Amino acid sequence: MRVFRLKRWVMQNVGFATALLLLFVLLITYNMMHPRGFSSAVAIQNSNEAVAIIFVAMAQTLPVLLGGLDLSVGAIMTLTNCIASEVVNGSPAQMLFGAVLTLLSGSAFGLLNGCIVVYGRIQPIIATLATGAVAIGLALAVRPKPGGNVDDDLSWALTNSVYDLADTYGFADGGDAWWIRPFADIPVPILIVAIVALVVWLPFKRSVTGRTVYAIGSAEGAAYMSGLPINRAKITAFTLGGFLAACGGLYLAIQTSSGNADIQQAGAYTLNSIAAVVLGGTSLLGGSGGAIGSLVGAMILRVISFFFRILDIDPLLQPLIEGFVLLTAVSVGAFRTLRVKNKLDLFR
Amino acid sequence: MSDASLVEPIVEYRGVSKFFSGIRALEKVDFACRPGTIHAILGENGAGKSTLMKIMAGVLKPDAGDVRVSGDAVQFPTPQSACDAGIVCMFQELSLVPDLSVADNICISDPPRRFGLIDRRQQVRRAEELLARVRCEDVDPNSLVRELSLSRRQMVEIAKALGRDPKVLILDEATSALTSRDVQTVYDLLAELKAQGVASLFISHRMHEVDALCDTLSVFRNGQHIETFAKGTKSERDIVRLMIGRDVETQFPEKPLVSSASDAGEAILEVSGLKWGRRLNGIDLTVRRGEIVGLGGLDGQGQKELLLALFGVLRDVDGSVRIGDRKGIPASPAAAKSAVTRMALVPEDRKTEGLMLGMSIADNLLSSSYAQISSGPFIDPTKARDAVAEGIAKLQIKVGAPDDAVMTLSGGNQQKVVIAKWLMIDPDIILLNDPTRGIDVGTKQEIYKLMRDLANEGKAILFYSSDYAELIGCCDRVSVLYGGRVVSEQVGDAITEESLVSASLNIDTEGA
Repeated sequence: MRVFRLKRWVMQNVGFATALLLLFVLLITYNMMHPRGFSSAVAIQNSNEAVAIIFVAMAQTLPVLLGGLDLSVGAIMTLTNCIASEVVNGSPAQMLFGAVLTLLSGSAFGLLNGCIVVYGRIQPIIATLATGAVAIGLALAVRPKPGGNVDDDLSWALTNSVYDLADTYGFADGGDAWWIRPFADIPVPILIVAIVALVVWLPFKRSVTGRTVYAIGSAEGAAYMSGLPINRAKITAFTLGGFLAACGGLYLAIQTSSGNADIQQAGAYTLNSIAAVVLGGTSLLGGSGGAIGSLVGAMILRVISFFFRILDIDPLLQPLIEGFVLLTAVSVGAFRTLRVKNKLDLFR
Repeated sequence: MSDASLVEPIVEYRGVSKFFSGIRALEKVDFACRPGTIHAILGENGAGKSTLMKIMAGVLKPDAGDVRVSGDAVQFPTPQSACDAGIVCMFQELSLVPDLSVADNICISDPPRRFGLIDRRQQVRRAEELLARVRCEDVDPNSLVRELSLSRRQMVEIAKALGRDPKVLILDEATSALTSRDVQTVYDLLAELKAQGVASLFISHRMHEVDALCDTLSVFRNGQHIETFAKGTKSERDIVRLMIGRDVETQFPEKPLVSSASDAGEAILEVSGLKWGRRLNGIDLTVRRGEIVGLGGLDGQGQKELLLALFGVLRDVDGSVRIGDRKGIPASPAAAKSAVTRMALVPEDRKTEGLMLGMSIADNLLSSSYAQISSGPFIDPTKARDAVAEGIAKLQIKVGAPDDAVMTLSGGNQQKVVIAKWLMIDPDIILLNDPTRGIDVGTKQEIYKLMRDLANEGKAILFYSSDYAELIGCCDRVSVLYGGRVVSEQVGDAITEESLVSASLNIDTEGA
């Protein structure tokens, strides 16, 4: 029975299962080739570099599940990154307030996206292309020049291991308490991602609103006929997307101790988020997949780039190789079309 | 019946009318259905049955008149509000979400919740209970709907409807894909609901089902409610007559006198044992040059799939096909139109498959015939202009300028563009999929005449229409399809409305 269940799960989540396997293989290989592989230091460094793209990819997942694309996720990340660089400092209470303000402004921007898409009846891709430019404009207004002032202790504590976190803030005997030993080597960024995934994404997926998001992407007509709250689900999806992108922006500010309204960076993050979503097994047609898949997809993209550092490959070849790897990975999803019996269905 | 008619109706229509862009779908319909009955709605294609149901289910709003539920006038803005009032509808097009699991779908509008989140275990249990009620214990609640066969999906749909505690249950062709065992289950279930005082409205094209199941019958024709009567008060033959009615005859071009097989031209299209999935179950058919062959039967008996299969759209088609001197089915529409024996298909939905609505009339007209108007890789502007002018003149398409977008034309003229576009490749075989649907009478008659002219030029025409009058008026022969098979072939004067309707329902009126 158990084997049967596992088999069915794999059959129903081929894309995600493939991505998980690929990530596993890549991570093991990478650590085996790395001179200091399987060490806490390597894990901390890698996970720090992956957090922002993971959050942005999770943000992108929601519009994609609806059957659309959000071209503003990178820009929202940049905007919130700039906001955070201004407000996350001072006393602990002030820092907390700053972090909440950052997340709220990202969510508000997502809400705006959702309202434009639902009430303006504009396709997500073009609506968010416009609002993405607005977000960059706002980011430049907040922070015309790169820089910022993020609390150093916070930055250190959240970008290292659990031990360092406890050490910085002096709880659990500065990290030496017996109960924290088993977790002491885990990088904090991994913990942050895991908490957001568990506390935000999984409950959302199991709510009626989340269920409706999947139903809309799969068959909007059937969702409507079943009496599901379509507008509410779309607006919530974009708002949650904004929130997740803001998580990315906030972390980036904490990690770099600064904000930077970098247009190129915003664009690159948006495009990479789409790649990560597809790699993670979410269908661009909508209706199947999930943010956990995108998390895995984003990590795959990052690990591939880590390889270039240890393999001594000409940096000029990097985009070429990345392109081929991505193409190969996404081709797996195209096998579906070989089973279609009515060729007209391919165009529907 | 006398008892039932004393009961207050649960749903009542008073003078309900509905128009779609000026065309009447329902006109001044008075209709009532009472609790504890199983009420059959009968009528030909386009009689207004589906519109009637969609108004009840909150999908459409009536243009005039009112709908009363338990005596109160209501207006349902959304399907959800109708559902809240206890009116649950199962539509012909399935309303299941393919990427969600069976349990998700069954509980979709009101899933069991714990702490505000969907309780999956509870949900699976509820799905299992409902599936057990429809005797589908073999369906795993955790499998995705897209993995199920069509008949299983219909049973899931029934379980979903049951889960909503209906007072009025609408079954629109809900049994069309079911196996006989499932049909029996549905029968038992409906009888059970009837005993509980639920009103079931049953749309089916299978007379024997209606006979076995329903206690009250209502006949609709051309958007009007003709009559409601208790089962057993009328013979099948009378019912068929009520469904056809006495309509004003449309003018059809004269058929050639010779219609016996020996006088007709060579057989250019021969189909035998054509099979595709569950929809085509062994079609045998021959079409000769100079002949118009009709495809009759009710909607969804495989007519559309047959035309698509012949045009190379479907994959994995079995059976033998001969087109001209070539054996086999073309690999794609592109191959079908450029073979030695050229074939053209006027598709079902002109807005998505027939035309590129935003492009100009000229571009649409040329879109199938670039081979004919190009010199090398380039389109020859002179040839193109001549071809467009010829196409417009030949079908008398009323256009402002050929460069206008095709969506600015009326429905009839749009359809003429589709036909003209295919005539440009000078096809030998023309497949027509309901070409007169939703267009005005005048244009219809022009199309009938054009079809006859083309046949007289020696082209072979295979013509599906959901309108029996058209089949009678236009065709030299009609093959009636039922369940993906040709069940009856009628020639010349033997084609009558009565014989077509009887054959469509797969009943024998002579014996009745």
